[in-house]
Amino acid sequence: MAVYRRTYTSYSGVLTPAWSRFLVLFRYSRKNLFRSKLQTGLFVLCFFYPLACLLIIYLAHNLSFLEKIGNVGNPFNIDNRFFFVFIDVQGVLAFVLTAFTGPGLISPDLANGALPLYFCRPFSRAEYVLGKASVLTILLSQITWIPGLVLFAVQSSLAGPEWTWDHLWIAGSIVLSSLIWIAILSLLAMALSAWVKWRIVAGALLLAVLFFGAGFAQAINAVMRTQSGHFINIVYLMGTVWTSLFRIEADRSMSAAEAWIALLIYCGICLALLVRKVRAYEVVK
Amino acid sequence: MTIQHGAAEGTRQANTAAPQTPVIELQGLSVRFGRRDILKDLVCSLRGRAIGLLGPNGAGKSTLINTLLGFYKPCSGAARVLGYDVRTETRKIRGLVGYMPENDALISKMSAVSFVQMMAELSGLPPAAALERAHEALFCVGLAEARYRELGTYSLGMKQLAKLAQAIAHGPKLLILDEPTNGLDPSARSRMIRMIRDIRDSKQLQIVLCSHLLRDVEDTCEEVLILNQGRIAHYSNLEEERKANKRFLELELYGANGDFTEAVEKLGCECATTANRLKMILADGVEIRDIYRIAAERDVRIRRLNFRRDTLEDIFLKAMGS
Repeated sequence: MAVYRRTYTSYSGVLTPAWSRFLVLFRYSRKNLFRSKLQTGLFVLCFFYPLACLLIIYLAHNLSFLEKIGNVGNPFNIDNRFFFVFIDVQGVLAFVLTAFTGPGLISPDLANGALPLYFCRPFSRAEYVLGKASVLTILLSQITWIPGLVLFAVQSSLAGPEWTWDHLWIAGSIVLSSLIWIAILSLLAMALSAWVKWRIVAGALLLAVLFFGAGFAQAINAVMRTQSGHFINIVYLMGTVWTSLFRIEADRSMSAAEAWIALLIYCGICLALLVRKVRAYEVVK
Repeated sequence: MTIQHGAAEGTRQANTAAPQTPVIELQGLSVRFGRRDILKDLVCSLRGRAIGLLGPNGAGKSTLINTLLGFYKPCSGAARVLGYDVRTETRKIRGLVGYMPENDALISKMSAVSFVQMMAELSGLPPAAALERAHEALFCVGLAEARYRELGTYSLGMKQLAKLAQAIAHGPKLLILDEPTNGLDPSARSRMIRMIRDIRDSKQLQIVLCSHLLRDVEDTCEEVLILNQGRIAHYSNLEEERKANKRFLELELYGANGDFTEAVEKLGCECATTANRLKMILADGVEIRDIYRIAAERDVRIRRLNFRRDTLEDIFLKAMGS
């Protein structure tokens, strides 16, 4: 390494492909993420429940072991409800992880005014958002649909091809339900992070949007004697989508299609907020 | 990861094309924010190795730079940087440009070397090359000893240098510096100016320096574009002005000058006399020693002889006045 050079020299070497440059942001953001012991600990904690589920699947297929410890019959039923509960629990953990991780993605760049330095390079705003979103997407995938599919694969290998063929749709439900939740969480966290430059405030706001949103929705429903308040309750909308995807019987006041449309509108709003804020210089008209 | 050679080849083409291609070419460029015209019908073609953008605060210098980088869209007219259109070829322009913004733009929690490496990687350098270039750039700007420190702990002068390092790390063909000496003390300012001159003299890239400080531009630039209220107030080639200024003399004489003025005029010089002062433009082939010779022959005593220099301050004030 020619660090002894004190004069300017131009660069004439090879360049990386343009499509791969968003991964630079992913690498640096991820490295930064795991510097925090709290976040690393939280990430590790997210794997405890999948491990417990793995144990349950193993026990459900090893009745002789259960008989040895005094149990009669099979107390574990590995079906769509089992995977629904798995996604529900991991979804909550994904939300907690996002509340810690998401606000730190964009707010430091905005607070330090670093966006012009990103965008004065052959690097677009879409690539910037993609790079930052990929951090959350990959992180949350590691704790939701990837372990979900591992559990499904283990169950399939133990239950046999007949069970696998009958329940193949569950695999699709695991992936789809996780992806929509990841998309909502990522976009919401990034939009709030872009609009609120303080990391802690952005994290608190994310909690507020989900919890106060739910409370506010209940208040609207009670005061106005309607059910349309649920449209501002993201948790309720997700619940509706998940129950429909996992074919769970539930008394819901809206159809799955309505919930899907509402969630997609929320994604669009978050994207619009990001587009409005993630730019090199804000033009004050 | 596959590596493409195309962009690097494009860079080399731009390098070889630089002397013929104007660095900045504006063809009736106008930029408007809402109902307010910020840049109005700018027309010019700049080819110098170091170009200064001068103007009072609010003249539109930074807006022009941001438009050249594609941050703002022109409402009419066209602009080209190194031959590329700012509307349609923004990505190519950004691949060839290094930009040092005016404001604080460093991520305070990152170390300088990590930050500069990341910026070089975003410009397309592979990680290993980016790391090497980051070290080199930080050595080049004089931050070698502090390169592993977090940027948040840097002084203002060091932050300016770190911004310069990130702008040169990827080896741009055009370096755009927006108020590079902002907030620097005199010694840090002279260090920054020296650095810019060194980079300019390396002849491997061209520089656009935007400043409202006349000294900064005068010390580093060959060409100057003066903006005022969003319009081009004046264009000046400082190199040619400097050469031309050598022909202007201002003499202060003791007592009467007799036929000294006539004798000088016979050599082809133009003269203007006020009391015991004489302003003249030397004719081609006439040297100062000829003036001394004529004065000695006529026993005229020269008290003072100055080159009458039109300083950048004069040029600027004239442009503002007009």
